[in-house]
Amino acid sequence: MANMLANIFGTSPVLPLEKHVHIAYKCVRELDEFFAAAITGDWEKASRFRDQIIKYEHEADELKKEIRLHLPKSLFMPVPREDLLELLLVQDKMANRAKDVSGIVFGRRMKIPDEIAEEFQEFVRRNVDAAKQARKSVRELDELFTSGFRGAEAALVEGLLEELDQIETDTDDRQAALRWSLFGVEKDHGPVDVMFLYQVIELTGEIADMAERVGRRLELLLSH
Amino acid sequence: MEAQYIYIGLAAVFGIFMAWGIGANDVANAMATSVGSKALTIKQAILVAAVFEFLGAVLAGGAVTSTIRKGIVDSDLLANTPELLIYGMLASLLAAATWLLIASRNGWPVSTTHSIVGAIVGFAAVGIGIDAVQWSQVATIVMSWVVSPLTAGFIAFLIYLSVQRLILSHEDPLAQAKRYVPVYIFFAGFTITLVTILKGLSHVGLDLSLSASYALAIGIAVLIALVGTFAIQRIKPDPKAEKKQHFHTVERVFAVLMVVTACSMAFAHGSNDVANAIGPLAAVISVAQSGIVGARSALPIWVLVIGGAGIVVGLATFGVHVIATVGEKITQLTPSRGFAAELAAATTIVIASGTGIPISTTHTLVGAVLGVGLARGIEAIDLRVVGRIFVSWVVTIPAGAILSIVFFFIFKTVLP
Repeated sequence: MANMLANIFGTSPVLPLEKHVHIAYKCVRELDEFFAAAITGDWEKASRFRDQIIKYEHEADELKKEIRLHLPKSLFMPVPREDLLELLLVQDKMANRAKDVSGIVFGRRMKIPDEIAEEFQEFVRRNVDAAKQARKSVRELDELFTSGFRGAEAALVEGLLEELDQIETDTDDRQAALRWSLFGVEKDHGPVDVMFLYQVIELTGEIADMAERVGRRLELLLSH
Repeated sequence: MEAQYIYIGLAAVFGIFMAWGIGANDVANAMATSVGSKALTIKQAILVAAVFEFLGAVLAGGAVTSTIRKGIVDSDLLANTPELLIYGMLASLLAAATWLLIASRNGWPVSTTHSIVGAIVGFAAVGIGIDAVQWSQVATIVMSWVVSPLTAGFIAFLIYLSVQRLILSHEDPLAQAKRYVPVYIFFAGFTITLVTILKGLSHVGLDLSLSASYALAIGIAVLIALVGTFAIQRIKPDPKAEKKQHFHTVERVFAVLMVVTACSMAFAHGSNDVANAIGPLAAVISVAQSGIVGARSALPIWVLVIGGAGIVVGLATFGVHVIATVGEKITQLTPSRGFAAELAAATTIVIASGTGIPISTTHTLVGAVLGVGLARGIEAIDLRVVGRIFVSWVVTIPAGAILSIVFFFIFKTVLP
């Protein structure tokens, strides 16, 4: 009966959500080194980073299930449960995209054309930046809950999200430029390889899209 | 009259057992908030609880004790059969203790206050007669069980809202916290001291005029606030921890405040819940000694002391573990949230104690926590459990009543 007080508290999803975005970011971050290795054709090195990506993606997946399990409908929270679940989902998708991209590149031992290698690497890096900014924003979640989603803390998060938007716009621009560069040299490479290259560019760009959607979700929480 | 010693002896054993149970279980709810938020260590919490539970019981526990002792049963009807009151009070103590034991074995969230009041009403209505119950008084008590969590919730809501507006959503929350937390400390100190002085001190032989009472309460509150301010000024920001959690240092300021509200909470709990154990005991003692029901004898202070001591022993033997367990589970109550809940609950409870109304301290605290939740302060509250608390609330009263009726008829046949 002493549990009466203890039991009215559900498991708070806040810190687990922060932990989840951290893992998702770590997963995405490995892409940078992975591509660096892939561009030089060092597949042994690339496989090590690929293993890391798979490991983190799996970790994020497990944590996602765990968080969902502890978010029953009977919970009374300052923000809608659906918004938190949606936030979790898009966070998880960042990790999923990292896994998908690395899977295609590694599975086909894809050669990134030298002409676009540097531009490509830079594009990947910006996507990692977007994920990093998403992590930075989500990590404010506990402070947001404490301050009741208003005042200086809310303004701070809004600033972070604005930055996130800028990074995402930048990745979009780079994606278009990278496609254009690839278009310029595509005749010199195998058609199937080029098709897959376009797909890899597309999927990589989705990481920043997901990061931006993480931002949208946080914004929704702010507006409640 | 040989039998009187048997009665008093039995009542003392049951009463002390009940006080022990309150100390072992209920106190945890009052203290765990402070332990969970790391405002106090377990050892400090035990010390604070022991001192302030005892003070609360002795200084401000008189009014509620008197309600339990003679406010529920109409003593006029028992003038010719004083032994019936003795059997009934013994049965009530045993019934409440038994029900609490059954409930805690099964993990049901039940309240000591509800059990004992249900038990007394039960034996009086069935064992003696429907008219033996002072129904208007009982109605007031039951109403207060609805009102007290609501009141505490409302106060907690307002307090936490003010904390958010004045401190947490501000650009420089630390400076704001250092400015306003002493005010909250003053408020906490003032309410508790004032109610104690106005309602509690008369039976320890102190009788102050109204203005003197206010002056004394303000004086003590200012003193507490000054000590608190001194402690707050010594808190220096920790940039490393601050980077991970912007409110780290701010919460440490609130932790100082929480030490004060923890004392208030322990005091409030002692002042209201000691009656559950010693109210019936006091009734038995007064009837057994004088042989008259409703004798206008004052409540002997040593009875309050026994109750307070029983609670402290229960706390030291068993309550320690419960506090630790509950404290671990309620980490969501950071000092800024926990203090709001504790201050609201303690204020509500102390006012009820002053008025002589037995309420459930735990339910009041739960109401206060929900209030903080409504101010968007708590990350996740499980409404299923809140519903279960409400159900057990309804079940406990008839359960206590039925058990006490059974024990009453057993005592009536067995005892001399």
